[in-house]
Amino acid sequence: MPISRRHFLHALGAAAALPVARLGLAAPASGKADGERLVFVLLRGGLDGLAAVPAPGDPDYAGQRGSLANQGGEPLALDGFFALHPRLTGLHGLWQAKQLAVVHAVATPYRERSHFDAQQVLESGGVQPHVLTTGWLGRALQASGRQGLALATIPPLALRGAGAVETWSPSRAPEPDPALLERLGRMYEQDAQLGPALSRAVEQRGDGGMAGEAAARGDFLRLATRAGEFLAAERGPRVAMLEMTGWDSHAGQAAPKGALLRALGQLDDGLIALQAALGPAWARTTVVVVSEFGRTVRENGTRGTDHGTAGAAFVLGGRVAGGKVLGDWPGLASASLHQDRDLRATTDLRALLAAAAGPALGLGRRQLAETVFPGSQGLKPVEGVLA
Amino acid sequence: MSLVQQSIAAHRFGLGEPSLAGIGDPVRWLQAQLAAPPPPWAPPPKPVHGEQDAEETRRRRYRDWLRDEAEARWIHQIDSAAPFAERLVILWCNHFTVSALRGPVAPLVGAFERDAIRPHACGRFGDMLQAATLHPAMLRYLDNVQSVGPDSPAGNRGKRGLNENLARELLELHALGVDGGYSQDDVRALAAVLTGWTVDADSGETRFDARRHQPGAKHILGRRYAEDGEGEIHAVLRDLAATPACARHVADRLARHFVADEPPPALVRALSRRYLDSGGDLAEVCRALLAHPQAWDAGFPKLKLPEELGLSAYRLLGLRQRVFEGVGAGAQAMGQRVGAAPSPAGWPDRAEDWLGTDAMWKRIEWAARLAGRVPAVDARSLAESSLAERLGPASRAEIARADSPRQALTLFLAAPEFQRR
Repeated sequence: MPISRRHFLHALGAAAALPVARLGLAAPASGKADGERLVFVLLRGGLDGLAAVPAPGDPDYAGQRGSLANQGGEPLALDGFFALHPRLTGLHGLWQAKQLAVVHAVATPYRERSHFDAQQVLESGGVQPHVLTTGWLGRALQASGRQGLALATIPPLALRGAGAVETWSPSRAPEPDPALLERLGRMYEQDAQLGPALSRAVEQRGDGGMAGEAAARGDFLRLATRAGEFLAAERGPRVAMLEMTGWDSHAGQAAPKGALLRALGQLDDGLIALQAALGPAWARTTVVVVSEFGRTVRENGTRGTDHGTAGAAFVLGGRVAGGKVLGDWPGLASASLHQDRDLRATTDLRALLAAAAGPALGLGRRQLAETVFPGSQGLKPVEGVLA
Repeated sequence: MSLVQQSIAAHRFGLGEPSLAGIGDPVRWLQAQLAAPPPPWAPPPKPVHGEQDAEETRRRRYRDWLRDEAEARWIHQIDSAAPFAERLVILWCNHFTVSALRGPVAPLVGAFERDAIRPHACGRFGDMLQAATLHPAMLRYLDNVQSVGPDSPAGNRGKRGLNENLARELLELHALGVDGGYSQDDVRALAAVLTGWTVDADSGETRFDARRHQPGAKHILGRRYAEDGEGEIHAVLRDLAATPACARHVADRLARHFVADEPPPALVRALSRRYLDSGGDLAEVCRALLAHPQAWDAGFPKLKLPEELGLSAYRLLGLRQRVFEGVGAGAQAMGQRVGAAPSPAGWPDRAEDWLGTDAMWKRIEWAARLAGRVPAVDARSLAESSLAERLGPASRAEIARADSPRQALTLFLAAPEFQRR
């Protein structure tokens, strides 16, 4: 596949003085054409783990979830206790092929509910927000001598600390996503000029703002496809990071055309496109999909969920020992919830990331505990993730 | 002084400040910027072509130079310690529009700003009127280089003649305003006064060619100007700049730009009076503006023009990379290609004239794209430190609830409190 060099954009600032990206031209330090691939997917906004991976087998599930339990279709059964959201058909296929593992009730060490701070903790690999200024994956790349790629215009925090990180983004401006437009709509409500101009603009683009859907959908699909293509290339990068927004489902999250359904669809389609683009390299690939926090177990006053604590994560790929749900299930009984509202965390997200990234990057326990996730010496990587 | 007034000073009159800490007394902070002409900026060296260079190479080099020149000016403005004065430069450049849409004008747009506008932005309007009218960019843009006195030696017994373009726009747009009380005869007479002012083909400098000058006395606005060759225009412009119509025109321009799309008549009257009392001293008129309570209206009466929007975002974010993309291409996408207005009237200073559906959309796209290029900025604290209590509850809430740092920054850049001033 030809890779157009002009598409590679360096980060602003630090990278401004560096020569144009060398991606696809320089061999990775590992030098192995058949090397392990690692893809880190960050779902920004707080994925509702119980929407993505419901637990119909839990006796309290139906009662606690209320109307959210109705997902507009039959959940896709996993192990009889857990299921997948009906829209996650691609992931369900991977489950059946034993290439998808689910980790439930997982969270970073952070226990507040700010998106910014939670993402800072997750990406930095720390315990408290704003203590570490580089990213866990960046330090891991540095330690392993491998090359990383961010499918973004500038490298996210998670990748910082690796020296020069390659970035790629489509040259076309992505359409503003519907969630952003909703927020803008609220901000512009009292503005006699901007308010009407925005409504007209959205209307003109058709479908009450949903025109952005196709583009937003295309965006993750496109980014995931490109990531797969880059990673599949013989001399391409071995590690890629993808980001996706649109998970902050505060209102109407189970609506048939709601933002959450849309986001789940994009995620599912994108991950399958990533698999397809990787081709034979999929067999040596580990993909980790995580979010900064989960959401409240019960629905809020606007048929959505608010910021919570533990959620669900996915690990998929040819390297994965799939077909199982990992982690201890804390239960959904009110007494079991964190502060009587959130799914309680039983797995530290860092233990999952270490379990997935360690083998893919050839890093040992010590490096993981000291460099990648400093201060996690007492933390055992989740077992049984990889084959 | 209150944070609110500091924030108004920073955003309404300047190009925004990431923090209000350095402002102190807002009126004094702004007044101090009027004390001297806004400092000059250095353009990149003109492109030099080798004899063997292909046409394509020359064209590319020329395009790159235009781009570098625009960037040099923007970076100067982003870094400026006198952002109020820079805003005045932008305002008067728009007032005296020369547009790159006329091909030969394109390489002169930057020089026009440096030579004709900038030195006078805090000086006398009459001097700026002289400098702008007789700058090679203006003489070319409004066709004066082709205008010949029909009775001049070069007129060849009436075979060549007047071009009224510059004379008309000078009266209508630059000096008096469309209701400024001039007649078609005044336009003709002014065109005759302007004959002979042309651009030297070799040096590219303005030159007075007496052979093209229409001989004889001219009558403009009831006043007689005796035959005086190149001296005529100076006398005419001096008189025009001293008229009440010109005072009103300048006052309206300033008030419309800084205060409201439809400026309060009392404010325009006050500025106009100060203009006449001070002999057209723009710094004095600006001081009168700052002294007027309506200049400190607590609301957000004006939408930022695209160029201002881009510059203020770069200034707030401390960005210096890809300025052409963020400011220039951004403004172009929003429908206002800087230095290339579609007509001599420049960009309208009324939002309703240009905030269309697509411009709105493009503003949001611009905000989202710029936010995606900025490393780790906490939009919450930036909004707080630059807008203080001027950040309204709706925007504060949406920014705080954003689902990612990028979305938060997008919302801040798209917030009415940042889009407006």
